[in-house]
Amino acid sequence: MHEMSITRSILEIVGRQMAANNMNSLKKLTLRVGELTAIEPEVLRFCFDAAIKGTQFDGAALIIEEVPLGGRCRECAGEFRITAFDNCCPKCGSTNIDRVSGDELDIISMEGD
Amino acid sequence: MHEILIEEKILARNNEIAAANRQALSERGIYAVNLVSSPGAGKTSLIESMTRHLKDQSISFAVVEGDLEGDFDAKRVEKHGVPALQITTGRACHLDAHLIEHSLPWVLKHEGLKLLIIENVGNMVCPAEYDLGEDSMITVMSTAEGDDKPLKYPAIFAASEVLVINKTDLAPYTDFDIRKARENALKVNPYLKIFEASCRTGDGVKEFAAYIAKLAITKRSLKNT
Repeated sequence: MHEMSITRSILEIVGRQMAANNMNSLKKLTLRVGELTAIEPEVLRFCFDAAIKGTQFDGAALIIEEVPLGGRCRECAGEFRITAFDNCCPKCGSTNIDRVSGDELDIISMEGD
Repeated sequence: MHEILIEEKILARNNEIAAANRQALSERGIYAVNLVSSPGAGKTSLIESMTRHLKDQSISFAVVEGDLEGDFDAKRVEKHGVPALQITTGRACHLDAHLIEHSLPWVLKHEGLKLLIIENVGNMVCPAEYDLGEDSMITVMSTAEGDDKPLKYPAIFAASEVLVINKTDLAPYTDFDIRKARENALKVNPYLKIFEASCRTGDGVKEFAAYIAKLAITKRSLKNT
């Protein structure tokens, strides 16, 4: 369970950004989490809610944008979701594909006063 | 109320420290391996059984051992005449770049080191996200586990360069299908280099050690040119 240390890293960055932008309270935080990361969004949400109690982040809503494992076909340039690691273009059947998304673990934005 | 765009990797700080670790090790021509697996797959045994082969190839190496508690693994490795440093993480389920940064002064005091093996905490989930500054991540899985493990824990297999399927001597007594395990691993990561080994019988260990030795020698020769 490393979602707690991920939460600490998130709050470190947010704390720094809030200070730099003269923000005193956090209302909303938006993250991007890829399907291929070892992060479970529900566990992250639980850790986040527990970690912000009684801090300057208290009451903030956590929005997690989940990014599916995505592929792009090198033959027909089609983009698609890779399901069950089939690594196969659903349009032309080629297995000559690149993975283009799914390993994201980013803070997108924050809102506050 | 106003919105501020951040667009920053959550593990940016870890990745910065990892990059510095990588730089420090590269300056000394040391190849670094991040060895990961579930508990009991045989990471420490693999290190122990590789020792003779690495010594035969004049690869002097050191080991950093990550565990929650105790120095059992470091003591096992030291018995083979290999310098080992134990890091205890307390309750943390993985090593991070910061912990490795603190172990670097110990690593770098050893002259002529060609290889650093970092044995991560036995865990197939969390270490996947934490770059330590290694040159390659190596996953060990054993035939006492399920051959569907790559599909159940894809992140670690996707992050690895090499997979060692260990305890092949036990395969006849389990339902583990090595061919299926290879297939599953390659589904998750088509670029995986896969070895089969048994630390108990020694089968395949020499080949794996030779592969690691070659990577270390190549890195050292790049430093000297």
